[in-house]
Amino acid sequence: MEWYLPVIWAGLIGTAVALYVLLDGFDLGIGILFPFTKKEADRDVMMNSVAPFWDGNETWLVLGGGGLWVAFPKAYAVIMPAMYLPIIGMLLALIFRGVSFEFRWVAKPNHRWWDIAFAGGSTVAAFLQGVILGALIQGINVVDGQYGGGAFDWLTPFSILTGLAVVAGYGLLGATWLIMRTKGPARALGQRMAPQLLLLMLAGMGIVSLWTPLSVDRIAERWFSLPNFYFLWPIPLVTALLAFFVWRWLQHPKSHDALPFMGTIGLFLLGYAGLVISTAPYLVPPHLTFWDTAAAPESQIFMLIGTLFLLPMVLGYTAFVYWTFRGKVAPGEGYH
Amino acid sequence: MEFDPVLLARIQFAFTVSFHIIFPAFTIGLSAYVTVLLLLWLRTGDEKFHRLARFWTKIFAVSFAMGVVSGIVLSYQFGTNWSRFSEFSGNVIGPLIGYEVLTAFYLEATFLGIMLFGWNRVPPWLLTLASALVAIGTATSAFWILSANSWMQTPAGHEIRDGVAFPLDWLQIIFNPSFPLRLAHMLTAAYLTTAAVVLAVGARYLLAGNYTEDAKTMLRMAVGMIFVTAPLQLFIGDMHGLNTLEHQPMKVAAMEGNWNTETSGHFVLFGIPSQSEEKNHFEIAIPYAGSLVLTHSWDGKYPGLNEVPPEERPPVANVFFAFRIMVGIGLLLIATGLAGAYLWWRGRLFQTPWFLTYASYLWPVGFIAILAGWFVTEQGRQPWLVYGLLKTADGISSVPGASVLGTLILFVFVYGIVFATGVYYINRLIVKGPQGAGAAAPAGLPNRPISAAEEAAREATGKSPGDGPGKAVKNKTKGN
Repeated sequence: MEWYLPVIWAGLIGTAVALYVLLDGFDLGIGILFPFTKKEADRDVMMNSVAPFWDGNETWLVLGGGGLWVAFPKAYAVIMPAMYLPIIGMLLALIFRGVSFEFRWVAKPNHRWWDIAFAGGSTVAAFLQGVILGALIQGINVVDGQYGGGAFDWLTPFSILTGLAVVAGYGLLGATWLIMRTKGPARALGQRMAPQLLLLMLAGMGIVSLWTPLSVDRIAERWFSLPNFYFLWPIPLVTALLAFFVWRWLQHPKSHDALPFMGTIGLFLLGYAGLVISTAPYLVPPHLTFWDTAAAPESQIFMLIGTLFLLPMVLGYTAFVYWTFRGKVAPGEGYH
Repeated sequence: MEFDPVLLARIQFAFTVSFHIIFPAFTIGLSAYVTVLLLLWLRTGDEKFHRLARFWTKIFAVSFAMGVVSGIVLSYQFGTNWSRFSEFSGNVIGPLIGYEVLTAFYLEATFLGIMLFGWNRVPPWLLTLASALVAIGTATSAFWILSANSWMQTPAGHEIRDGVAFPLDWLQIIFNPSFPLRLAHMLTAAYLTTAAVVLAVGARYLLAGNYTEDAKTMLRMAVGMIFVTAPLQLFIGDMHGLNTLEHQPMKVAAMEGNWNTETSGHFVLFGIPSQSEEKNHFEIAIPYAGSLVLTHSWDGKYPGLNEVPPEERPPVANVFFAFRIMVGIGLLLIATGLAGAYLWWRGRLFQTPWFLTYASYLWPVGFIAILAGWFVTEQGRQPWLVYGLLKTADGISSVPGASVLGTLILFVFVYGIVFATGVYYINRLIVKGPQGAGAAAPAGLPNRPISAAEEAAREATGKSPGDGPGKAVKNKTKGN
C-alpha cells in the first residue's frame, strides 16, 4: 500500500501530462504556425480546426497541476515556487491565446491584435513549458523541504534549448494536424512546415539525449550500466526508425493523411519515455522521490477511487466530442 | 527595497480570484438560462426561444473563455504563492480540487464544444443535453470549490500531525459546517446576478424599441426569477450569518462593527470603524435590532471584537462596508422583484419608462454584491488562512517579494487589457441583439455562433471584408 500508491499516482499524473502535451500540443502548434501565413481565410480554417477541442485539451493542464497537488503536495510546494516566473508567464500567455479563440471572431474585421495574441501566446506558452521541463530535468535546489534557490535558477542554456525543442515539437504536431484535418492552403502550409519542424525537433531530442547523460551521472548510469543497457537500447533505435518513416510520409503527402500526425505522437511518446527513464523515481530531481512527496495514503486512495470511475468517463466523452467534429475542415466551410 | 511578501501575495491572489469569480458567477447562471431557453424551444417549437438561446450562447462563450483562462491561473497559484498552505492542507482539500477537475471541469470544457459549435451539426435534443451538462458542470464546480473554501473557514473531519492536516472523515470534510449554506448562497447569487443582467438587457432593448418580442420574454423571465430568488437569498443569507456567528464570531463582529460584547445588541446602520480606537465614528444604530437579527431574541448578547487580542481581529472597516454593500444590493433586488411583479400584474411592465430606465442600469449590481460578499467572508477570516489552524502569514511560498510584485504588475496589466476588451465585446454582442444570430444568418450558415457577430460587425462598421487587415481577404470574397 505505502509503496505502490505513489507509483500508481505517478503513473496517472504522468499520463495526464502526456495527454496534455499531445492534445494541447497540436492546438498550441496551430498558434505557432499562425505567423507563417498572412491570409485571413487560412487562419480562419486553422483556428476552426481546433476551436471545439482546445478547452477540453487545456483541462489536462489543470489535472496535471491539480493532480500534483492532490497526490504529491510536497512536490507541488517545491516545484511551483521554483518555477514561479516561467509558470506565471506560461499562464499569462495561455490567457492571451485562450481568449483569442473568441475575441478574434467578435473583433473582426479589426482582429489583427488577436492574431498576434494567439500566435504570441501559443509560442510563449510552448516555450516556457519546455523551459520548465528542462529546468526540472536539471534539478531543483531543496533546503528543509522548501525551495531553496533563486528567482532565476530555471534559466539555463539547457532549459532554453528544451524550450525551443518543445516549440518545434508542438509546431510539428500542429503542422501534421493541419495535414490530417484540413484541405487547401492550410494543409499546404502544414506540408511546407512539417519537414523543417521535424528536423528541428529531432535535433533538440538528440542534443538532450547526449547532454543529460554527459552532465548528470545518475542519468548516465541509468542508461549505460548493465543490464539496463540491454533493455534500453531499442528506444533510441525505434525513435530513429519512426523519425525516418515520418520523414518519408511527409515526402508523399498525397497518400498519407493521418500517418504523419500519428507518427509525431509516437515520437513524442518515445521522447517522453526517455525522460521518464532518466528521472524516475525522482519527482523533484535530484532530491525528492514519489515516496518522499506523496500525500497521505488515505487521501491518495480517496482520490483514486473517484479517478477510476471518472477518468474513463472523461476519456469517453472526450472521444465522443472528437467524433462529433470529425472530418476535414475546408476553406470557407468550417463546421456545418 | 524591501517588499512585504505576505501582503503582496494576498493582493495578487485577491486580484486574480476577484477577476475570476465574476465570470463563473455569470456562466453558472447563463448556462442554466440557455438550457431553460433550449428546453422551452424543444417543447413549444417557438423560434423566439431558439433565437434567444443562440444570442445568450454567444455572450456565454466570451464569458466562459475568460472564466477558464483566469481559473487555470488559480490552480497553479496555490503552489506558486501559497506553497506552505498547499503542503499544510494538500491531504485534505487537494482531493476536493481534484474531484472538481474530474467531475466538473472536464464536463463543461468538453461539452462546451458541442454547445458552441454543434448548432448545425447535432440534433436539437443533443444540443440541449450538452447545454444542460455544461450547466450541471458549472454548478458541480461551485460545489467542490466552495467545499474547499468552506473547509478553510470551518475546518472539520481532520487531525493535525507534524504540522500537516490529515483526513479522518471525508463526509465531515466535504460537508463541513459552513458549506451547505455557502453553496446555497453562492448559487442563488449566481442565478440572481444573471437574472439582473438579462433584465437590464431586455429593458435596454425595450427602451430603444429593438427586438421587442425577445426583450419582453427576457423581461418576464428575469422579473419572475428575481421576484422568487431575491427574497430567498435574504433568507439564506440570514441563515448563513447565524452559521458564521456560531463558527466564526469575529467575522460577524466585524460585519456588525461590534467592538464590545457588553454593548452588543444594537444594529449599526452606519459608522466608520476605527481599528486603532476600537470604536465606530459617526455611528447610527438601532437598539435591540442586532439582537433580533442575530439571536432572534429581544436582548441577546453576542461576542464583540474585544473578545480577542487586536492582532487576531479581521480588518473591520473593509468587512463592515463590504457587508453593507452586499446587503444593500440584496434589498435593492428584492424591491426590484416586487416592483416588477406589481407592474406585470397591472399589465404595465413593458410600458413603464422609469422602471425600464432603472432596470437597464441594473446589470452590474449582482457582480458587485458577489465581490462584496467574498470580501466579507475572506477578509473576515483574517488573520487566519485556515481558520484557527494556519495563519495567513505562515502559508506563503519562499519566493522573493520582487518576483511577486513583478508578476502582480503583469497580472494587472494583462487582466486589464483582456478583461476590459472582453466586457467591451460582450457589450458589442448585446448591441447587435438576438436578431443577428437567428433571423439573419449569413449565407451558408455560420460555422460558429460568433461568426454571425462578425458579419454584423462588418455591417456596423461599414467596412467590406477587404478593408480589414490583410489584403488577402479580398480574394476570399471574390472567390465566393
